[in-house]
Amino acid sequence: MMHSTAPPSTAPPRRDQPFVIRLTHWLNVPILLLMAGSGLEIFRAYPNFGPRGSLYRWYPFQGVQPPSFLRVGGWLAGGRHWHFALAWFLVLNGLIYVAYLFASGEWRRRVFIPQRDLAGAVRMFAFYTRLTRTPPATDFYNGLQRLAYSSVIAIGIAMILSGLAIYKPVQLHWLTALFGGYDGARVFHFAGLCLLGMFVAIHLIMAAAHPREIVKLINGGAKPGVPVDKPS
Amino acid sequence: MSLSISRRDLILGAAATSLLAGCDNRVSAAFLKGMEHWNERFQAALFSPQRLAPELPPGSETPERAFPNYFISDFQPEMPPNWTLKVGGMVAHPASFTLDQIQRMPSAAMRVRHHCVEGWSAVAAWKGVRVSEIAKIAGLDPRVRYVEFRSFDSGYWSSWDLPSAFHPQTILAYGMDGHPLPPGHGAPLRLYSAVKLGYKMVKYLTEVNFLPDRTGGYWEDQGYEWYAGV
Repeated sequence: MMHSTAPPSTAPPRRDQPFVIRLTHWLNVPILLLMAGSGLEIFRAYPNFGPRGSLYRWYPFQGVQPPSFLRVGGWLAGGRHWHFALAWFLVLNGLIYVAYLFASGEWRRRVFIPQRDLAGAVRMFAFYTRLTRTPPATDFYNGLQRLAYSSVIAIGIAMILSGLAIYKPVQLHWLTALFGGYDGARVFHFAGLCLLGMFVAIHLIMAAAHPREIVKLINGGAKPGVPVDKPS
Repeated sequence: MSLSISRRDLILGAAATSLLAGCDNRVSAAFLKGMEHWNERFQAALFSPQRLAPELPPGSETPERAFPNYFISDFQPEMPPNWTLKVGGMVAHPASFTLDQIQRMPSAAMRVRHHCVEGWSAVAAWKGVRVSEIAKIAGLDPRVRYVEFRSFDSGYWSSWDLPSAFHPQTILAYGMDGHPLPPGHGAPLRLYSAVKLGYKMVKYLTEVNFLPDRTGGYWEDQGYEWYAGV
């Protein structure tokens, strides 16, 4: 049987994971690991929240240092050098991803749009928590996936802004004020790290449960126009 | 479904993995040095000589016992008898000033947040004379680009870019929270600024030198960044 190599519809067909998405996704792995590790090295120098003389009472782990195997840089100066060096690559990688997302139209099948995705996200959550037995019908991504992937981009943006607020509390004092001041920005920045950590943990579990998705994120998935199941 | 992984994918994966591994120590050191230069340019470009740190309301001062006071000597440095501040380098009028002379110069005051490289912040009110005022009295050579500050705290020192040193919130402080500067915070005279991290603000001052070339500092020579603006 002959397969047509021409695109079947008016919109050009796309691979599931285009090259730019694969590239930026995998670059995030070393960049985020080094950012988190060097960030914890910096945090170790003052593992508290709140200014001197009035630490925040609600934080239960005042003075608790992050363990050495989570830290990168060896000492405070080293941690700072790594953090402020890699931050540029994180921003650059994020900009490339977001620019590609919108320029290519990929955002349509990836970004969480409440009207389209909210109901599906709720039903998927109910399925994962075993409140219902059947998963909702899903197209490219399910609603919960879109919510997770869009949230993590929003968290990334908040991390960069709160990081800048800590880095430049005088030159960018308006930004620092937006986060409730210098010590407030430190709380936001650390909370962002915790949320990213939670995302990565769930992401790894989900990826382990769907190894085909990992393969697609390496080879891009089936080429458009090429039959999915080749006769041998 | 196709399970093939292309050569390009493998090369990209290897590149990412080697970046993660930190490669060779020399490679990562050169990378970090290059990025530090880039960050210094970024910080200098972001710096505005007019932009002021927000002034904080009276009563927001950190209790003084909670405001850390670091020094590198084994014991809290004590002001030597006949202390003077020596102002030198490429200036028209090198001079030594007594504390009394410095206190008679036009004064500036500010109540601002202090940012330590370690990540803590604290608030104090400072009173002193602007570094720009000292420069005006000394008469700078046009080739001057940097200022070096030295102390009697076992040789603790630092050096600054001229724009940060001439910021209106960069002063040689002799007063803290409404009283004379206490010995723990650098008596009789210390550098204080709203636009740098704490380790740039030399306490227990002995010398201010206006120089054409950049020098280092106690922590800077050990690997901490030189610019350290906030």
